[in-house]
Amino acid sequence: MNVLVTYLVIALGSALGGVARYGCGLLAVALWGATFPWGTLFVNIVGSFVIGGFATLTAPDGRLYVGPLGRQFVMVGLCGGYTTFSSFSLETFALLQQRPLAGASYIGLSLVLCLLAVWLGHALARKANE
Amino acid sequence: MMGVAWVAVGSALGGMARYGLSGFVANRIGETFPWGTLVVNVSGAFVIGLLAALVAPAGALPGDATVRQFAIIGLCGGYTTFSSFSLQTLNLARDREWGRVFGNIAASVAFCVLAVWAGIALGAFMFGG
Repeated sequence: MNVLVTYLVIALGSALGGVARYGCGLLAVALWGATFPWGTLFVNIVGSFVIGGFATLTAPDGRLYVGPLGRQFVMVGLCGGYTTFSSFSLETFALLQQRPLAGASYIGLSLVLCLLAVWLGHALARKANE
Repeated sequence: MMGVAWVAVGSALGGMARYGLSGFVANRIGETFPWGTLVVNVSGAFVIGLLAALVAPAGALPGDATVRQFAIIGLCGGYTTFSSFSLQTLNLARDREWGRVFGNIAASVAFCVLAVWAGIALGAFMFGG
């Protein structure tokens, strides 16, 4: 029963996260065009920031208590469904073939900005926990 | 509007599969290195490569919107994750496990891009992409 509820909560979070990612992707193409995968870059940065902050805010010594199910909903469901490594990989492969410099920039930007974002989320949450 | 529903259903299934498989791998191999997320991301990259060949101009279902929305954006997108990759890399860095930090980054990028290439190559053979 517990396992079933966990899976349902993760399914719900992933569905919401996935639809939000889809919306951001469409919006990014409308705003900035499709020559560079801005949409995927954006969702991966935002999702990394949110998971970094939420993980620290809801840690055992954190300020916010949400319980294991709440953590799974937000971290595994929402953030996991919102961000994507498969689209990142496909877009990287396509860019590397057509415009190697753009492909290398996409890898570098994704890694640096997502890791900075998860660290920033964590650091801000740690301040908030004090 | 149907597109949003396809994305939602695909993402829900993908997210559950990610939770199930990454937990299974972590239980089996241990949690000193984020193998679960790596296995999920590499396998998802392989599948998205297959699907990209399927909907390519020369593929069996060129430009098919339902395959894109349900399987590519939904299933593969919901199945793989960048946020867990970022968080696990941060946690390794906080533990000063620098070898594992760079190992995780290099393995994730290299194996996922290779997996896309393998998926597209196999997909082109199977579906003529």
